[in-house]
Amino acid sequence: MTLKLRELSMLDDGFNPGHGLCAGCSESVIVRQVLTALENPPVVALATGCLEVSSTRFPDTAWKVPLIHSAFENAATSASGVEAAFKALVRKGRMADRPITFVVFGGDGATYDIGFQWLSGALERGHKFMYVCLNNEGYMNTGIQRSGATMLGAWTTTTPAGSVTPGKPQWRKDMTGIIAAHGIPYVAQAAVHHWKDLMTKVRKAEAADGPAFINVLAPCDRGWRYEPEDTMAISRLAVETALWPLYEVENGKYKLNGPRHKSLPIVDYLESQGRFRHLLRNGDPAVVEEIQGIVDLEWNRLREKCGLEPELSKNEAEAVTSAD
Amino acid sequence: MVDTRERAGIGVAGEPAASTAIAMNGGEAVAYALRQIEPEVVAAYPITPQTLIIEKFAEYCADGVVRTEYINVESEHAALSACVGASAAGARAVTATAGPGLALMFEMLGVTSGMRLPIVMHLCTRALSAPLNILGDHSDAMAMRETGWVMISGSNPQEAYDLAIVAQIVAEHPDVMLPCATMIDGFMVTHAVERVDVLPDDVVREYVGEYEPEMSLLVPGSEATYGALDFRDYYFEHRRQQEAALYAAQSVVEDALQRFGEISGRDHHILEPYMMDDAEVALVMMGSAEGQVHAAVNAARAAGLKAGALRIRLFRPFPVAAVAEALSGVRVVGVMDRAIGLGSADNPLLADVKAALWSRSDRPLARGFVYGLGGRVVTQGQMNQAFDELRSALETGEVGTDPTYLGLREVQDETVLGEGTTA
Repeated sequence: MTLKLRELSMLDDGFNPGHGLCAGCSESVIVRQVLTALENPPVVALATGCLEVSSTRFPDTAWKVPLIHSAFENAATSASGVEAAFKALVRKGRMADRPITFVVFGGDGATYDIGFQWLSGALERGHKFMYVCLNNEGYMNTGIQRSGATMLGAWTTTTPAGSVTPGKPQWRKDMTGIIAAHGIPYVAQAAVHHWKDLMTKVRKAEAADGPAFINVLAPCDRGWRYEPEDTMAISRLAVETALWPLYEVENGKYKLNGPRHKSLPIVDYLESQGRFRHLLRNGDPAVVEEIQGIVDLEWNRLREKCGLEPELSKNEAEAVTSAD
Repeated sequence: MVDTRERAGIGVAGEPAASTAIAMNGGEAVAYALRQIEPEVVAAYPITPQTLIIEKFAEYCADGVVRTEYINVESEHAALSACVGASAAGARAVTATAGPGLALMFEMLGVTSGMRLPIVMHLCTRALSAPLNILGDHSDAMAMRETGWVMISGSNPQEAYDLAIVAQIVAEHPDVMLPCATMIDGFMVTHAVERVDVLPDDVVREYVGEYEPEMSLLVPGSEATYGALDFRDYYFEHRRQQEAALYAAQSVVEDALQRFGEISGRDHHILEPYMMDDAEVALVMMGSAEGQVHAAVNAARAAGLKAGALRIRLFRPFPVAAVAEALSGVRVVGVMDRAIGLGSADNPLLADVKAALWSRSDRPLARGFVYGLGGRVVTQGQMNQAFDELRSALETGEVGTDPTYLGLREVQDETVLGEGTTA
């Protein structure tokens, strides 16, 4: 089935209106893109987080597909158990075999931090499931605390911008790369504004012969401090600055799916969100430069993995030009 | 949903099945039962002294003897988490652990019972760290006692086998739908080789039947949401329902033990009294020390003391009225705790027994004993000492307030803790 927007918009995705996610939240958009893209009926496992508390408040549920949540850190293991149960029930002749896709949604806290071991174990064991990280770069559900996915310099309630430290002092973890190192058949990075890329990746993840992982940048207007209507624009900026490149690792082979060139400096991204305002307002060029430097470095490392030549940063390009 | 009686297909024929006697340890006995039950999913992480169970069961899987999906998880928390997923998917899910592994599972213990998932766990009781100790005591089980699981205690490999089978139908009974743990003492039961009478496979399978949940994630067309969020408008009611189901489990356990007796000829009850009919003093205990306690009862009786013993098999829900009834007529009761309730008014089992007796106007004197911590060898001599103390309490009417630590060396002695370490 090809991805045609007109047709997709008519499908019942299984995630209903009436949930309590914030205006401007990207998570419901991502969830609906994922569910719509699936070819098979899903069983969904959730980690504790914004999506879970906003969509499963008893006696209501926003979900019209079977769903399980049990704790914060173990959604991948829930899926392990469901998948194993299905295999055994079929093997014992207690249930007919049929196509089912086991999908996990977990935030970056559940993925990068508290649930890392559970996810890693499930991937290593090779359960056939798809893990979608709704990466809003922090513990937004508990009130915008920093996580291992939070950007260097970002304000959060546990890394406030103070007179000594300018927001989060560390760079984020390269979770997509870490998952790729597990050697699972399909790993990808995606962004909410690029629906076709995201949904194509969901299809590939579903078809993969083993575990699959998609890390989706999930802009959070409350936590990132921008206006709700800007979610898609912010997501686009993250990709165009090469802060969040769209790529996939299919059976070990890296491929860039998004723009092949970095078209905007990181400062454009930083300026778009209140969480970085202190870096710009207080004139902390060192942190901004450090961020740009890491983005450039990671971008070229990724390009190399994709078999592309390194791309010079603006400063490097100017240096080359003046030398000519 | 069917009643346990119908599910087991018994109470009709009534004749015990022919058992086969096999010499095996408690761990192997549990694995043997699991082979017969053939749960859809077993998820476990290795920890001493539980490894005997999971290694043996892994052999069954490797040889294709069972069709179980065996998930070798990366931690005990994941073991129970995987069981939660499997159980919600409509599968029979079983795990096993001990001591620190149980501690790591702690979050999921309450999740499992709160989600009303009939998972079975075989707990090979072990001391909690620190200091690190791999040997048997009940510290782990006591830490679990208010997490909403049905908890059944065995005292030997035969009971490890029997209770592994019984636990399955208790957990899944429609009036219960709660997880059930069997407790067998680390090493003293798990590693003790004894004669175990095993039932024929088909008899066990008929007794446990198949797990037929009312709903599951995998029923085609299912729109079930498991593990929803409750706020102040529903949590209280759900918690109360959970509590009521746990108390309802007592009669289900009684019934399941009776049916098991009908197929096996082995007569198990929620409490096991020994020489209690005319007992004036009694020791209440749980687990593998039963032999030493019974020997001490015999010795005390030979010395003219009307002694008795009461072993608790059903620990949760605590059979309050049955314990009070079993101890009626006793004037001094001693309670044997194989754990310390650090900082509590009483050690765990003593607290339960005292509470059970509180409503009686003729309640007996009660005295606490602590024994066998960290695998400290349990002897008949310790139990003789306990009965000596109960005898003197009977004579003086005084029991004191502090428990007696049986088999404990005085910590003031430098030779115990090493030079320079005394307080």
